[in-house]
Amino acid sequence: MAIAPAPPHLAPPLASASAPAPTLQVIYERPEAMTEASTHYCPGCTHGIIHRLVAEVVDEMGVRERTISVAPVGCAVLAYQYFNVDGCEAAHGRAPAMATGLKRVLPDHIIFTYQGDGDLASIGGNEILHACARGEKITVIFVNNAVYGMTGGQMAPTTLPGMVTTSSPYGRDVLTQGGPIHITEMLAMMPGVAYAVRRSMHSPAEIRKTKKAIRKAFEAQQRGLGLGLVEVLSSCPTNWRMTATESLDFIRDSMIPVYPLGDFKVHSELVG
Amino acid sequence: MTKTLWKGNEALAEAALRAGAEAYFGYPITPQTELLEYMARRMPELGLAFLQAESEVGAINMVYGAACAGVRAMTSSSSPGVSLMQEGLSYIAGSEVPAVIVDIMRGGPGLGNIQPSQGDYFQMVKSAGHGDFHAIVLAPATIQEGVDLMYESFELAFRYRTLVTLLADGSLGQMMEPVEMPPFKSWPAQRPSWALTGAKDRDPRIISSLHLGAEHLEALNLHLQEKLGGIARQETRYETLYAEDADYLLVAFGTVGRIGRSVVRQARAAGLKAGLFRPISLWPFPEAALDALADQVKGVLVVEMNAGQMLEDVQRIVRNRVPVQFYGRMGGSIPLPDEILPALQGLQPTPRQQNGRRPRQVPA
Ligand code: SF4
Repeated sequence: MAIAPAPPHLAPPLASASAPAPTLQVIYERPEAMTEASTHYCPGCTHGIIHRLVAEVVDEMGVRERTISVAPVGCAVLAYQYFNVDGCEAAHGRAPAMATGLKRVLPDHIIFTYQGDGDLASIGGNEILHACARGEKITVIFVNNAVYGMTGGQMAPTTLPGMVTTSSPYGRDVLTQGGPIHITEMLAMMPGVAYAVRRSMHSPAEIRKTKKAIRKAFEAQQRGLGLGLVEVLSSCPTNWRMTATESLDFIRDSMIPVYPLGDFKVHSELVG
Repeated sequence: MTKTLWKGNEALAEAALRAGAEAYFGYPITPQTELLEYMARRMPELGLAFLQAESEVGAINMVYGAACAGVRAMTSSSSPGVSLMQEGLSYIAGSEVPAVIVDIMRGGPGLGNIQPSQGDYFQMVKSAGHGDFHAIVLAPATIQEGVDLMYESFELAFRYRTLVTLLADGSLGQMMEPVEMPPFKSWPAQRPSWALTGAKDRDPRIISSLHLGAEHLEALNLHLQEKLGGIARQETRYETLYAEDADYLLVAFGTVGRIGRSVVRQARAAGLKAGLFRPISLWPFPEAALDALADQVKGVLVVEMNAGQMLEDVQRIVRNRVPVQFYGRMGGSIPLPDEILPALQGLQPTPRQQNGRRPRQVPA
């Protein structure tokens, strides 16, 4: 049967001695907003992927040259080495205050904090609460893995009920050690918050949703709508004593039932 | 230039603005709150960044953030509030960003009271936070001197990339005096070469106090010590009154130093060759000047509104060459001339002391 010739623009390149070799297309590369440094994160940890998502968003928005990162104390303490932007390192929990200081004197810059659950939900509870209440035009990436990672897996305010950690060796007893803090839901109630959502890193589909949310949290800042916060459920295979894949399953099967994914506040200008 | 009547806290605020302050972050605490309130009124008028923080912890970390942008940032507080700021002070020192802090001291420990005190000499001069560092600590005795020191504070902070503290007690913050306000200082628009301004057409800049390797952190500390050594050589300030030929030296700072001026005049009128040595920079302490005087005088009286804090520095410098006595009041009481004068006169040897006995201890 006769096959009609394809229109020239759809025709596959012909392999012939005279035709040019097929061109290689770049489908995956290091975002400009990431440095070439190799990260210190443990194998199977999703911190590195979250870094990449942030960097991709910074690149896509074309704001790298006026972005400033504020690193936390915790596993991401060296985050400023990985983002190819100006950066600083805050005291434990104080990143939102430091970001406030930066944003108030550099209102046209894009300022983001990258904080873990011990940093943001425990020692830095007051700083994030009031940054949210004031509606600081900053973006907060909140990485929740339910433990203190860097210090070796102690109980965090986000630790699941019954979860064994080095400082809750008999399992977290909610009667004496309290229950998990749903801080994103709490912060969504603050008047200055434009965007507050929870996402997860346990599958490629969820990772794509996380990236979209990070983009919105940066847009909330760029458009002056208020504080944008993305809580990301993230793995800690090292301190959970799990393999990489087991820890992704743990996010799906154990963390999400306690920390449901969802949008807790979305400014009307960010809907859609 | 004409003098106008100013309240201490407000004068310091206006002087900071004239010195070039661009950002203020603070938290209310007596007896410094008028400084915050003044900034709240005045800074929006001038198009500058004012923010009342959620706590002193928040305030100092906001200062840290703004300072990282190469902006002239400051805060003010009083003793318990400064205790809360110490974490941030250490990070600021470790990161070598410039910042200015005003500490209007009140009585302690704990909640203490809101009366004037000098109980935080140790805190600001010896241990403003964890790790090895010193802030430049300037102690004015009058509102005018506070204004003049404040006027220089950002220049000092930026020249050395260091913390500068104005340390005064609540009476200076609350009193009113005629003051000559200096004109607004002009600063270059260009931010310093280390400031975070966005990595446009250059490599990213990082400001951090984290140095994981022992050799890196030691190198930073050696650098800080070298810098502090330079400050110690360049930036000592003090006032003397009748010290040139004094037999007995009164050493006091801040409000007590001011009272000391009257005391040595009274002592001279009463026939005692007394002189005053008033350190203005508490760190760096004017060691060489006091060291030289210790060779000349026959006795030293240290008077403070605390239990004897600067006393330890004076003893260290005098090295037992002559007796060093102390008179102190605490809890918000201010030592008055008629208490200090007898203590100063008590430095004179009695016949028994001339036989080699130790002088009587002045009750503290
Ligand atoms: S300790 Fe946990 S959170 Fe930290 S880098 Fe390792 S796996 Fe990631």
